[in-house]
Amino acid sequence: MHAADHYKEAERLMTICNSCRYCEGLCAVFPAMELRRSYENRDLDYLANLCHGCGACYVDCQFSPPHEFKVNVPRTLAQLRGVSYRSHAWPGFMRPMFDRNGLAIAVVTALSIAGFILGFALWHDPRVLFLGEGQFYRLMPHNVMAPLFGAAFLFSLLALGMGFRSFWCDIGARSVSAGSGGSLLQASRDAAALRYLDGGGVGCYNEDERPTDNRRLFHHLTFYGFLLCFASTSSGTIYHYAFDWPAPYGLLTLPKLFGIPGGIGLVVGSLGLIHAKLVRDRALMDPTKFGMDTAFLLMMLVTGLTGLLLMVLRETPAMGITLAVHLGAVFALFLTMPYGKFVHGIYRFGALALYAAERRLDRAAVPGAKRPS
Amino acid sequence: MDALDVLVVGGGNAALCAAIAARRSGASVMVVEGAPKFYRGGNTRHTRNMRCAHDTATQHLTGPYTEDEFLDDLLRVTEGNTDEQLARHMISLSKPMLDWIGEQGVRFQPSLGGTLSLGRTNSFFLGGGRAMLNALYLTAEKLGVQIQYDASVVALDVEDGRFKSATIRTVEGDKVVEAQSLVAAAGGFEANIEWLKEGWGDIADNFLIRGTPYNRGDVLKMLMAADVETIGDPTQCHAVAIDARAPKFDGGIITRLDCVVFGIVVNRNAERFYDEGQDFWPKRYAIWGRLVAQQPDQISWIIFDAKSLKMFMPSLYPPIAAQNVADLADKLGLPVEALEKTVRDFNAAVRPGTFDHTILDDCHTEGLNPPKTHWARRLETPPFYAYPVRPGITFTYLGTRVDREARMRMKGGLGAENMFAAGEIMAGNVLGKGYAAGIGMTIGSVFGKLAGEGAARHARG
Ligand SMILES: Cc1cc2nc3c(=O)[nH]c(=O)nc-3n(C[C@H](O)[C@H](O)[C@H](O)COP(=O)(O)OP(=O)(O)OC[C@H]3O[C@@H](n4cnc5c(N)ncnc54)[C@H](O)[C@@H]3O)c2cc1C
Ligand code: SF4
Ligand code: SF4
Repeated sequence: MHAADHYKEAERLMTICNSCRYCEGLCAVFPAMELRRSYENRDLDYLANLCHGCGACYVDCQFSPPHEFKVNVPRTLAQLRGVSYRSHAWPGFMRPMFDRNGLAIAVVTALSIAGFILGFALWHDPRVLFLGEGQFYRLMPHNVMAPLFGAAFLFSLLALGMGFRSFWCDIGARSVSAGSGGSLLQASRDAAALRYLDGGGVGCYNEDERPTDNRRLFHHLTFYGFLLCFASTSSGTIYHYAFDWPAPYGLLTLPKLFGIPGGIGLVVGSLGLIHAKLVRDRALMDPTKFGMDTAFLLMMLVTGLTGLLLMVLRETPAMGITLAVHLGAVFALFLTMPYGKFVHGIYRFGALALYAAERRLDRAAVPGAKRPS
Repeated sequence: MDALDVLVVGGGNAALCAAIAARRSGASVMVVEGAPKFYRGGNTRHTRNMRCAHDTATQHLTGPYTEDEFLDDLLRVTEGNTDEQLARHMISLSKPMLDWIGEQGVRFQPSLGGTLSLGRTNSFFLGGGRAMLNALYLTAEKLGVQIQYDASVVALDVEDGRFKSATIRTVEGDKVVEAQSLVAAAGGFEANIEWLKEGWGDIADNFLIRGTPYNRGDVLKMLMAADVETIGDPTQCHAVAIDARAPKFDGGIITRLDCVVFGIVVNRNAERFYDEGQDFWPKRYAIWGRLVAQQPDQISWIIFDAKSLKMFMPSLYPPIAAQNVADLADKLGLPVEALEKTVRDFNAAVRPGTFDHTILDDCHTEGLNPPKTHWARRLETPPFYAYPVRPGITFTYLGTRVDREARMRMKGGLGAENMFAAGEIMAGNVLGKGYAAGIGMTIGSVFGKLAGEGAARHARG
């Protein structure tokens, strides 16, 4: 199916749901839908990104297939999310990254890891990979590592920011001042708690009509694990430059205090989410996004796992390879953040902020009303 | 099948409340649902709220709704066609029902957007009727109730008011199930067009059925043949005007149209036939099914103009639009000149007034037959719109007579020994005529619980 078909289907469903409204109490999507009577593409982008895919409205719908109305909101909105990630990607020529995202991410990651292995080997004597002296910076001097990763990270931030800006304008965030402190605060709270991944209170639906709260738990572990790992790296960088205190760091230092639980969170969380994805009712999923979702989760898993392994293997000959894999994965992660599943977080945050603003004013945003000058 | 205590026939709200109550009373219970798993729960799948008495406002209800007020409402909508003793009994039991149903896992929310008028009296299910059913099924499964889908009862063995066994048809063939007691909760017969024709004649072929195709009244028929006493008008059903483009069965809530009061309604001859502005829509919507059923070919069109387009809840199908009345008539296949004349006459008869659809306003016609007594505004602002409507059947009134314990009564007045009924199949006891939103579920839950408890008590001695 093409993007236009997905929009058409979403419009059909929203018209049905707006005549029904039974799901109004389940999440933010339905009240947002009720503020409108017709749905153009940019409204639908907003609603799609507001949906957390908890599945409740599918399990609870009297019109879901095999009923002839074939109402499947979670799948249709998941498909639209895919379309919107692609259309907001910046720079525009990177959009095809979303076409076979799993493959694309795998290739970038493999190249990146290979690059680090090769780099270590060429830079030094190949044997340096297997020295096992516990000295990361012997393999890659900090003065090389920091600018390389810094540059990748800054590029990602720029690309993510541009994508977000395009989404933000399209959905009409400014027409309801969604950038106000109140809306951003509300959105942060809702995002931090994954408020709408709870099926309206009982947990989300994954493999059948029995709700559990597992996906929310594993998402929390992954997300907060990611943040902790990020904090670990940042604190390490600060130690290095501000205090001239080079790695390795002891167990009771900030990089370790952040890094160890963070790594464990990443590993357990991503494994849990991968498992949930494998057993998920296929009816709820956009089959074409399986690659993208799984690639991202695997990336999280590899990052967390190699990070933890590095601590254990630091003094062994396996350290060199592990470091190359870890850095390769992280580098690829930074590079591909704007072109993979990572973007779901920023668009969802934008949608939540818009929702908070719409609720406060009790009126719908006007899509694409004002372009930033 | 060894020693089953309670056999529950049906799979909707009434059946599940009975099954859960019986199981909680210690009985072994089997539920046989004629529909496949997805369609389990008959018309309950399409519901959104129930009406229970309560003394104070709650998290989800905006104010108190006393038993007396509930009874007044019931007497008004049924015009006295109710067993008042039984109705009082049900209403007093509706109070603790809200808590009980919550304990079975059903969750509530404040009234839905567009239904504010029910916010005080009716409790809305979070996620709607199917969510409510999912919760009940989950609870029943956890308690150890056996549940069979695609299993319809095709015969009952009843002797002198005593149930002995039921024949159940599944894909694997027929089997006979014996049980100590029976709860019949298999709904009405609204999906049985042949039966509807007995009351309405051939015009019933043009009726649409709003809910499940599985409520064919087979069990009711078997019980009638076994000399159970009936109650309720056998020829009547609750009918509303729904979008004529809706599917024959199971179109549910989204095919309803709330715009009659904003325009005029014409039949195949492009003639008006009833006062569209007689009273508030919630008080009048249920007469329009019958009115449309009396028109040629059982079809009519609601016609309004651009002024009204956004004043009512949206519905599934878009209205048919045209820039002038003649083109609209053309699109609808109505006689052009006749429709133009009807609109012209109507417009000429509209008296000036202050339009306000939230009150019985003073916008009315003069010298027009039939008149439009409120909300009459000229049809003059293009585009002009139309919705085609047909009668949509919600449920039937004929049912089995029951007592305070939901026990069926046999012809001759004696109570059945071990047969109970709940839900739509006995709704006629309290709802002999008319309808008030949410009462169907109250009848199902209250009598379902009574029936389950009674059936368990009988079985366990
Ligand atoms: C569109 C719509 C909206 C409605 N909204 C509301 C509302 O908001 N509030 C309200 O109170 N009421 C509402 N009603 C009315 C309400 O649906 C019924 O009053 C209520 O569901 C009746 O419950 P029940 O358990 O008796 O019957 P049902 O829920 O209809 O269940 C009957 C069951 O019996 C099964 N069955 C039938 N024959 C056999 C057989 N031979 N063997 C085995 N199983 C059999 C059917 O498959 C079905 O599962 C609505 C009705 C419709 C159509
Ligand atoms: S998903 Fe189904 S039940 Fe929920 S609002 Fe839409 S049509 Fe109604
Ligand atoms: S899947 Fe969950 S979050 Fe998405 S629209 Fe349905 S209920 Fe809302």
